[in-house]
Amino acid sequence: MDYFEVFGLPRRLGLDAAELQRKFYELSRRTHPDFHQTAPAEEQARVLETSARLNAAYRALRDPIARVEYLIRLEEGRDTNEGAADRPPAPPALLAEMFEIQEALEEAKAGGPEASGGEALRARREELAARVREVEANLAGPLSVAWDRAAPEARARLLARFKDALATRAYLRTVIDDLGQALGEGQGGHVANRRH
Amino acid sequence: MSRIVGIDLGTTNSLVAYVDATTGLPRVIPDREGQALLPSVVAFMPDGVLVGAAAKRQLVRRPETTVYSVKRLMGRGYEDVKDELCYFPFKVRPGDGVVRIRVGAREVTPPEVSAIVLKSLKERAEAHFGEPVEKAVVTVPAYFNDSQRQATKDAGRIAGLDVVRIVNEPTAASLAYGLQRRREGLIAVYDLGGGTFDISILRVKDGVFEVLATNGNTRLGGDDFDRAIVIWLLDDILATHGVYLGRDQEAMQELRLAAEAAKIRLSTEDRTALTLPFDAFTYHRELTRADVEALIDKLVESTLAPCRMALADAGLAPADMDEVVLVGGSTRVPLVRRRVEALFGKAPHSQLNPDEVVALGAAVQAQILAGGITDMLLLDVTPLSLGIETLGGIVSVLIPRNTTVPTSAREMFTTSVDGQTVVDMHVVQGERELAKDCRSLARFELRGVDPMPAGMPKIEVTFLIDANGILQVTAKELRTDKVAAIEVKPTYGLSEADVGRMVEDSFTYAEADVEARLLIEARNEADTVITHVERALRQGGELVSAAERERIRVALEALRQTRGAADRQRIHEQTTALNRATEHLAEVMMDAALKGALGSRRATEIIAGGAERGDSPASPEAS
Repeated sequence: MDYFEVFGLPRRLGLDAAELQRKFYELSRRTHPDFHQTAPAEEQARVLETSARLNAAYRALRDPIARVEYLIRLEEGRDTNEGAADRPPAPPALLAEMFEIQEALEEAKAGGPEASGGEALRARREELAARVREVEANLAGPLSVAWDRAAPEARARLLARFKDALATRAYLRTVIDDLGQALGEGQGGHVANRRH
Repeated sequence: MSRIVGIDLGTTNSLVAYVDATTGLPRVIPDREGQALLPSVVAFMPDGVLVGAAAKRQLVRRPETTVYSVKRLMGRGYEDVKDELCYFPFKVRPGDGVVRIRVGAREVTPPEVSAIVLKSLKERAEAHFGEPVEKAVVTVPAYFNDSQRQATKDAGRIAGLDVVRIVNEPTAASLAYGLQRRREGLIAVYDLGGGTFDISILRVKDGVFEVLATNGNTRLGGDDFDRAIVIWLLDDILATHGVYLGRDQEAMQELRLAAEAAKIRLSTEDRTALTLPFDAFTYHRELTRADVEALIDKLVESTLAPCRMALADAGLAPADMDEVVLVGGSTRVPLVRRRVEALFGKAPHSQLNPDEVVALGAAVQAQILAGGITDMLLLDVTPLSLGIETLGGIVSVLIPRNTTVPTSAREMFTTSVDGQTVVDMHVVQGERELAKDCRSLARFELRGVDPMPAGMPKIEVTFLIDANGILQVTAKELRTDKVAAIEVKPTYGLSEADVGRMVEDSFTYAEADVEARLLIEARNEADTVITHVERALRQGGELVSAAERERIRVALEALRQTRGAADRQRIHEQTTALNRATEHLAEVMMDAALKGALGSRRATEIIAGGAERGDSPASPEAS
């Protein structure tokens, strides 16, 4: 049973968040271990598994970006999140620009957080954050709509576009974190934003 | 289903509560004297163990063997705690996974100490119901990691309690509030206790309490406020009396208790005075609320970053909160309230007693588990990301923080050498990129893998975090569908065998009857009073007449004689008599100390302002 099926939903990216939450609460009331404490051990084990699956399904589907990531895994027949910790490679389209940013970063590191480049780095970061929002809006909006409308033969191409957009987003976010650290705002390697 | 009680196992105080069948409301069970709070203090005496208020009275007399704030040591390794050990008068040394506390001739682990507190609450509940109590919901700070939760469960087992659920403290509090008045919306629960800090962001809707995010610091609480004050007092004593008391454990405990009491008074008053008679001198100091606020400002400030991170993880802004609830005794500090209000832009409230609300919530959760409440459901999260160490020491996150529990993740493993039959995994918890910066939970060894060429075996490992926030790991070889044997080596924690032995051991002293314990208590109280009177006579004997001195000496000698006898009633009477005989001396001494310290100001004014030792230096309560 995939996560869409857990909620009795078709495999579509467009879904009503409020309705999803209502269903999640309703299903939780049925499957949460709290309500099965007196059940025999085998049933408790089954309830635990069902409940864990429901929670994972809700987490994967409630956020439009996580939903796209899950859809890709599903379409590609992967069921684990292997490679989640790998640092994303720079998408070719961003290479030149990122090279420039890396240079600015090196300079900033050499000069310390209070070096003259601080303002410029902050502006850069704002710019990159805006780009991330743009990529996310495109993923959650037009691309998701396109997927739900696409004929089966058009889907491979859309999947590739999803993956491009996600790779760009992942990379931009890594650079944003790096900029944060160069600006002295990092929390000693705390990966606050990287893995969601 | 048998009865389940709710227990708040706190750093400073612990409580037990249950849901009253007739009213449907949770109630705290008081002890025989009507006290709801059981101080989480255990004193190891030559002739037995004291717990609660009786143990607390031993803090100054027997600092080396009286254990307090043990929650800060639960589930931790020596490396984690060595920085703060200088503040504890008892000796803590590294053990195999868990730290060990030396108390006289024996050594105990933190779960064993907590078990003594739990056992006392269990007995209190049993006395209340007139029947055995074997199951409990026990609360822990939301930000407790797997080892700390496991240690709490172990403590329950050692106490003879089946801990049917570990519940997060802020979430428990929200349940108590939820039962009180059915309101819906977004709630921030700010929980600052004696030793730990939590912030939880919840959405309450249709009876479902869904935790959206949690954050915190399991080493930040009222204890740290007290330490900041004590450090300042040490400097001040050095400056005014030329004595450094930092290495005198008894004096340090007196200072700690005085600092705590002054902090508490300053929550309602603008200024207070503390007077501490030491052997060589009497220290007197006036403190204002502003003085103490300056000392704890940084600590209070440091609770705000976790609040912001929890909000960010929930995708919400401070202003989105419909309600901000304060939990934990340390939220009585006005500075804390001001800071929380400034952050959220909304006045926080604490309509339910912040000391009791967590226990009440635990009782509500117990009632849900027992099937007595069916319209409320708690959906909590795991506070820390769970991952495994991969090549190069990098963490691969399997379950991100703030994932609703129960939750599971699967990961495929294989071999890297031909014919390899054992596969190792290192599981960690935390938010850092490198495994060495995260919290090591356990090393798992998958054994009995069929010998195959490297990379051929496909072992599917399932990591499941249950509703307690505790990890369970299972593995399966996919080709053969064979369940793989896993050997778990918890990095911090007791082995199954350890716990089993401790369960056995606990019975040996748990059966000591009530009468014996009361006798020990009476003797200890007598000892405390004797010590105080001896000191008072030495320091201020010449302030009263020879006849009065003689009367005191007679009463003192009488108590010394009776102390060794097994007559609790007589010991108690003579302790009271000695106390009464020294009342006047105590007054005269206090007056002299205040005059010396304050010059022209009237001593009675200061006493009215709530002097720490205002009652009588000979009273056992004053220690």
